[in-house]
Amino acid sequence: MLIEEKSSLVREIEEFVKLYGKKRSSLLPILHELQNKYRYISDFAQQEIARQLGIHPVEVYGVISFYSFLNTEPKGRNLVRICQSVTCDMHGKENIVKAIERELGVEIGGTTKDNKFTVEYANCLGLCDQGPAMAVNDRVYFNLTPEKAVKILNEAK
Amino acid sequence: MEIQKTIRKGSVIFSSYEKGSAIKKIIGLPREDILLELKTSKLKGRGGAGFPVSTKWMLTAAAIEDEKYIVCNADEGEPGTFKDRVLLTEYTELALEGMIIGGYTIGAKKGIIYLRGEYEYLMKPLQKKIEEYKNENLLGKSILGNEEFDFDISIFLGHGSYVCGEETALIESLEGHRGEARNRPPYPVNQGFMNKPTAVNNVETLATIPHIITKGAEWFAQFGTDKSSGTKLLSISGDCEKPGVYELPWGTTIKEVLELAGAKNTKAVQVGGASGICLNKTQFDRKLGYEDAGTGGSIIIFDESRDMLQVLKNFMEFFVEESCGQCTPCRIGNVKLLEGVKMIENGDFTFRYLEKLKELAGTMQVASKCGLGQSSPNPFLSILENFKDEILNSVPGGNYER
Ligand SMILES: Cc1cc2nc3c(=O)[nH]c(=O)nc-3n(C[C@H](O)[C@H](O)[C@H](O)COP(=O)(O)O)c2cc1C
Ligand code: SF4
Repeated sequence: MLIEEKSSLVREIEEFVKLYGKKRSSLLPILHELQNKYRYISDFAQQEIARQLGIHPVEVYGVISFYSFLNTEPKGRNLVRICQSVTCDMHGKENIVKAIERELGVEIGGTTKDNKFTVEYANCLGLCDQGPAMAVNDRVYFNLTPEKAVKILNEAK
Repeated sequence: MEIQKTIRKGSVIFSSYEKGSAIKKIIGLPREDILLELKTSKLKGRGGAGFPVSTKWMLTAAAIEDEKYIVCNADEGEPGTFKDRVLLTEYTELALEGMIIGGYTIGAKKGIIYLRGEYEYLMKPLQKKIEEYKNENLLGKSILGNEEFDFDISIFLGHGSYVCGEETALIESLEGHRGEARNRPPYPVNQGFMNKPTAVNNVETLATIPHIITKGAEWFAQFGTDKSSGTKLLSISGDCEKPGVYELPWGTTIKEVLELAGAKNTKAVQVGGASGICLNKTQFDRKLGYEDAGTGGSIIIFDESRDMLQVLKNFMEFFVEESCGQCTPCRIGNVKLLEGVKMIENGDFTFRYLEKLKELAGTMQVASKCGLGQSSPNPFLSILENFKDEILNSVPGGNYER
């Protein structure tokens, strides 16, 4: 990471600490902001958050590793999460997954070469009456067919 | 996202309600009156555990502390449950007003909505609604002119962990920690968020309260059964023509639910989500209610074409993934049960070993630290018992006749 990048990240974290308050309960909201913007939380960011909140970096790492929406390795620009809960499974999840894997040339769990997509499974998205469902970043799509799912991804930036 | 507007019918939650009317009614009332009304209504928690609301609120109200909290549990992670999403989308007022009434009753100035990360798209509409309430002085300082009542609501976003729906894990998460369940006692009503008295309630529980306040406890208790008063929102999915959210009185039988949902050739019904129990045809006369088939509201329907061993495998994979790993019975137990399911799948098991696994499941039910490990054996035990023939016959080389 470049020095300028580092110092701008430091300033950014300072802003978030100001916004949410210098307290332990601000940790998740701050991690959420960074995750949303950078799609992962780098080692440097972890150490800096820990320093600014006055906690040990291991604590920060421990929290990140617990929550499935937070990660320490970069992901693709768009995060595609296909619901694997029982009703989505019954209504054809497998065909959606296969179509997406074929079309993007990536296996579930992986990231496309151009870094545009990471494809994963999600546990229940709470759309069981309208499965199969998937989320692309913070938007959800339901009543999917393989064709519809692929079309949605083709329209993603 | 595209929101499907449906006209919903129901006797309590989906009955008509005038925004703000419950707040107007309680402002100025002694909190004992509200507690008594809730006690008379016999309203129990809709999040799964079924704890009486009046007791929880009375304990929180009785705690002597300056700071107290009311938390709306909108983590809705149980596979097969989606009624809280519908409430938060279409009946936001009811949930907010339930929290405001709670704040007033227990003496809390702050309410927190713990919103699951999967529902992040509800964040903005919720915030908008909160702003609207502030502008109308239904939230904020001196609510409706009552100088002794300040109350604000904030939203906290979850990050994709099922166990965070468990109230003590939820509180850990709010405090910025890993969502690992706490030992109890102390209970959250005495030492919850920031060690302050905290009432954690499900969205549906809260959304029911404004109706009880405006229409009365007796009106409410006329629905349902003696031990399970009122109605329940059911999240119905699976093999049926009309999946969706239904409001039905407690005491409704599984058979009636299946008819309403347009289910045909039903072989099995999972009541209560992944952590619930699976019933077969001989059990469809059972009634929904705390005294019989209790449920947080998830009903998953399976028709004759479904392979129940695969259903069980899906549930056990979920629990293996979502166990927080804090205690051994749950961390190791779920892995062993899933292994057992795979052994059956491969025709590679002994009945003696299956008996051992059932014993292990029994141990998990009593020795696990929180509800996740205590209830994850439910589908394992009920599916293997109620679909014994099918599952054992599906072993390669076995008897395929049904
Ligand atoms: C693993 C686990 C997950 C839970 N998830 C939820 C949930 O998503 N929503 C909820 O309201 N309660 C959930 N609960 C129950 C809560 O611990 C708690 O009992 C409930 O929020 C209390 O609210 P109520 O009394 O209004 O039902 C969960 C419990 C366990 C053990
Ligand atoms: S029962 Fe499971 S989820 Fe609950 S504390 Fe133990 S390991 Fe964690």
